[in-house]
Formats: sequence, C-alpha cells, structure tokens
Amino acid sequence: MEATSLLRPGFADPVMHAQETFRMVLDAMSRPGSLHASTVSLEPPRSLHPATAALCLTLLDHETPLWLDPSLESDEVWTFLRFHCGCPLAEERSAAAFAVLDGAPCGLASFAQGTPEYPDTSATLICQVEGLREHGPLILRGPGIRDRASLGLSPFPATFLEEWEGNQARFPRGVDIIWVSGKTIVGLPRTTRLEM
Amino acid sequence: MLSDATVDVSARRDWMSVLAKAKAPSLLELWRDRPEQRLPWHFIRRPEVGLTMLRGRAGGDGQRFNLGEATVTRCSVEVDRRLMGHAYLLGRDLQHAEAAARLDALLQDPDYQAELLRAVIEPLRHAQAEERALASRKAAATTVDFFTLVRGED
Repeated sequence: MEATSLLRPGFADPVMHAQETFRMVLDAMSRPGSLHASTVSLEPPRSLHPATAALCLTLLDHETPLWLDPSLESDEVWTFLRFHCGCPLAEERSAAAFAVLDGAPCGLASFAQGTPEYPDTSATLICQVEGLREHGPLILRGPGIRDRASLGLSPFPATFLEEWEGNQARFPRGVDIIWVSGKTIVGLPRTTRLEM
Repeated sequence: MLSDATVDVSARRDWMSVLAKAKAPSLLELWRDRPEQRLPWHFIRRPEVGLTMLRGRAGGDGQRFNLGEATVTRCSVEVDRRLMGHAYLLGRDLQHAEAAARLDALLQDPDYQAELLRAVIEPLRHAQAEERALASRKAAATTVDFFTLVRGED
C-alpha cells in the first residue's frame, strides 16, 4: 500500500461551507465580471482548483449529471466526486447539468441549452483558467453591471467571442459560465454581452 | 478501492455489522483505552445524520412495500493515511459512528486485526448474542400456540 491519501476529505463543515460557497456563486452570477474569492479551505484532487472543488461539493448531487473534461479526468477526481457528491457521470455533453472544463470552452452549443419553457434546464459550465484579473481587455455589459466592467482572462482564445455571440443568439436558452482560477471565481451568465 | 482487494468481504461485513449493532456505551468503553487510538486519522466525511427508507415484504416473500423511514448516521475516516473506514448505523449517535468507522479502518490492517477482533469485536458479539437469547427466552416463556380444528368445509 502506498502512503498517500485514498480519498480527500470534503468540506470540514458541510453545512456552513456549502452555504458560504453558494452565496459566493450567487454574488458572482448577479455581478458578472467581478472577482469573488472562496474562503473555504479545501484540499482538492490534483486536477481541480480549490474553488472548482468547492463549487462541485456545493452544486452537485445525484440529480446533476456531470461532464468532466477528459484532460481533467482521473480516478482520483471521479472517486472524490462520486463519494462526496454522488453525481452521475454524463455520457454526452448534452446530458450534463454541470460541466467542469479546462480553459475557455468551445462548442457551447453541444451542451444542454434548456428549452424556451424551461431555460433553467441548461448546463452550467465551470471553466478552469490560469489567470483572472479584474481589469483586462474584455468589456462586459448587461444586467448586474453598472455601465461596463472589464475582465482579464488567460488564456483567452479569440474564438470564444464568437462562441459567446452564438450563445447569446439562443437567448433565453443558453449556457452560463463560472470562470475559476485557484480560489477565485467570476460569473458570466448568458445575459452578459462581451466585447474585446 | 485499494483496501478492498486485500480484505475478506464477508469478514468485513461481519465486523461492520457487529459495530453497527453494538450498544454505543459498551463500544466506546472497549475502544477508549486502545493503543490504536494513537494512530493519526482524519475525517473523510464527518458523522452526519440522515434518513433511509426501510422496505419490507409481507410474510417475507410478498410484494415489497415501504415500511417507513429510519434515522441513520454515517461516517467515513482515513487512518494512518492508508486505511479507509466506513460506518452506517441506525440512530443519531455521532460518537458511535466515528468509533465504528475508525475501527473498521483498523480492522482491515492485518497488524491490528486479530487483536481488535479479540478485544473489541468478540465481546460485543457475545453481548449481542446474549441479549438476543434473553429476548427470545422472554418471548418463548409467554408463547401461545393456536390450534385450529379442521372443519372440513373445503
């Protein structure tokens, strides 16, 4: 037997930490483009950022199939998520309620978009990036933003702007994104317009 | 999981059952001064209380039906950074769940197994068997046998 942990612990205080994290997501989604830091201390599986792990523990359960980016996948991650969240693994992108992705996503249309009657059944994408800065080349406008906000994302492929326009064209359907870097998160709901 | 391959499933099932059914005070009493207490350990999942649906079958082989919900406490720990222990038990005794999970972890290690089986599991099993025997003696003393005469109606 190797002398490493078989399975990492979840929240030390499940109720309080899940509530704190949920509050953080609410704030991030209602003020798109603003940075929010997770205060919960957590030792996540290797390929997940601490805030990603906190979001998973808070948002996922047995009713939310998860799509995990193949580059992030490992036995350790699946064991962690299955044990603590009990979430099923989505076979197809379109079957997932949540997705954890590495970098800016492409193919937004391949995820669940919701229906005009139930736009809330669309997927929420948790995207891990290397850096998030409060000020940067991206200009954000829309509900929850006074005038405009700016954001720096790295890496940021230029093709994402096009993807995002496509997502906006499907409104009220479409996916929402939570950007994660380390312990910091930024919300990008489908109502936010992006410019460079 | 790593430990599952090395541990006999039926033996583990057996000690988990003894630990779950044990009276909390007697389990904690036996566990309190054990030297294995010194091994480092941490929670993977803190003891938490929840509900589970109990299902029964009328007469043992009828249709399955929901009997009602029972309170269950579960807990998972890791001992010595290599042994995973789990406990699921009826009731809401968090300390009982913690002790049962830690013992389940330790019992999977051949170095501790024999000694813990002797010092903790066997006394508990013995107490449970006695209690069961006492209960069935009490019941047997008041047993009533019903006789029905065949009336030949059909």
